[in-house]
Amino acid sequence: MKVTVTVNGRKIQEEIACDLLLIDFLRSHGCMSVKRGCETSNCGLCTVIMDGKPVLSCSVLTARADGHTVETLEGLQEEAEEFGAFIADQGAEQCGFCNPGFMMNALALFRENPDPDVDEIREYLSGNLCRCSGYEGQLRGILNFLEWKKEVKR
Amino acid sequence: MLTIQEYVKAESLEQAYELNQKKTNRIIGGMLWMKMSPLNIRTAIDLSGLGLDQIEETPEEFRIGCMVTLRQLETHPGLAAYTKGSMKESLRHIVGVQFRNLATVGGSIYGRFGFSDVLTEFMALGAEVEMFQAGRMPLEEFAKLGYDKDILVRLILKKIPQDSVYLSMRNTRTDFPVLTCAVTRREGKTGVFIGARPGRAVAVYDADGLLKSGITDASSREFAAYAAEHIVTGSNKRAQAEYRTHLVKVLTRRACQQLGGEAK
Repeated sequence: MKVTVTVNGRKIQEEIACDLLLIDFLRSHGCMSVKRGCETSNCGLCTVIMDGKPVLSCSVLTARADGHTVETLEGLQEEAEEFGAFIADQGAEQCGFCNPGFMMNALALFRENPDPDVDEIREYLSGNLCRCSGYEGQLRGILNFLEWKKEVKR
Repeated sequence: MLTIQEYVKAESLEQAYELNQKKTNRIIGGMLWMKMSPLNIRTAIDLSGLGLDQIEETPEEFRIGCMVTLRQLETHPGLAAYTKGSMKESLRHIVGVQFRNLATVGGSIYGRFGFSDVLTEFMALGAEVEMFQAGRMPLEEFAKLGYDKDILVRLILKKIPQDSVYLSMRNTRTDFPVLTCAVTRREGKTGVFIGARPGRAVAVYDADGLLKSGITDASSREFAAYAAEHIVTGSNKRAQAEYRTHLVKVLTRRACQQLGGEAK
């Protein structure tokens, strides 16, 4: 079947297999930040933003993305670098494998709720699993980033 | 691994229903549970082009299309107000936001999964299902039926004044629940709804009038013991039957007490 998907602002038209998952479609178009972690729709590593909402690309058919807009970390470099620096400052991650999914969902959180409290942050990011850390470094990084954002605005 | 040979975005419910009569064809909702099975699907039937992804609120009821996502339910202000927060509580522990942006209410309810928070909550609220062929019926009745080839079109939630409290127990955050529990009181009738027994959610009403004279610590305990006597639990890798029966008592009591406190 033929689909048209807008990936990071670029319209891609392609003939695909009906059961092609969005994660594989995106990777075949160079979006290597999108990775498979668990294969059971649980870990959040494959998170992309579809029509403004974070979704698990391992669980979406590319056919479902036909006519829709998808953003991956490759398309959000500026935002990612800005926020990522605060995570790096905390040395929050060890292996870094979970990072792309975490970054994507955190950026989705900031768009949806620019001033979240700690409980809201924890709840929104509970679908992003990190097996190295206890999430405390990431939480500190997020809070510092939000504080910095507020100061920049002032 | 799930394989699909053909993909049809249905143009009408009639077309979807017709396609769905073939054994090897499947309607796909959020596809999250389906993806876990090694299914070979001949034709995947997609209902996402039929405008069934909306929550319509009228003064009398909520009409919830089968393609509405769990996240839409969770963030809907009207549902939050009507259920006094129990809708959100029943959903917010399910995996993560990204998952709930995909999982559909139709998939959750049609599947009638034993572990379903969604089934427990909607049953507790007295929702009805609207099936394409069989028409409308109470969800409590639908939850007892086997699978057929009909299509769940929408859920209907009448705005009958009611109080509801939802609680669940999980071994770890974002995991499947070990037990789900909702207590509701409407039109003078109180009931407890228990899911993840691990079987499908079931209802037990206060037929003996244990809570008739008001919800107190003592009457909550009595009703909780009554519920535990009447609800069959089982064992699986998450918990044993005895533990679940104990949880029926604990969660029912807590939910009743919360309901009593809020209703004052």
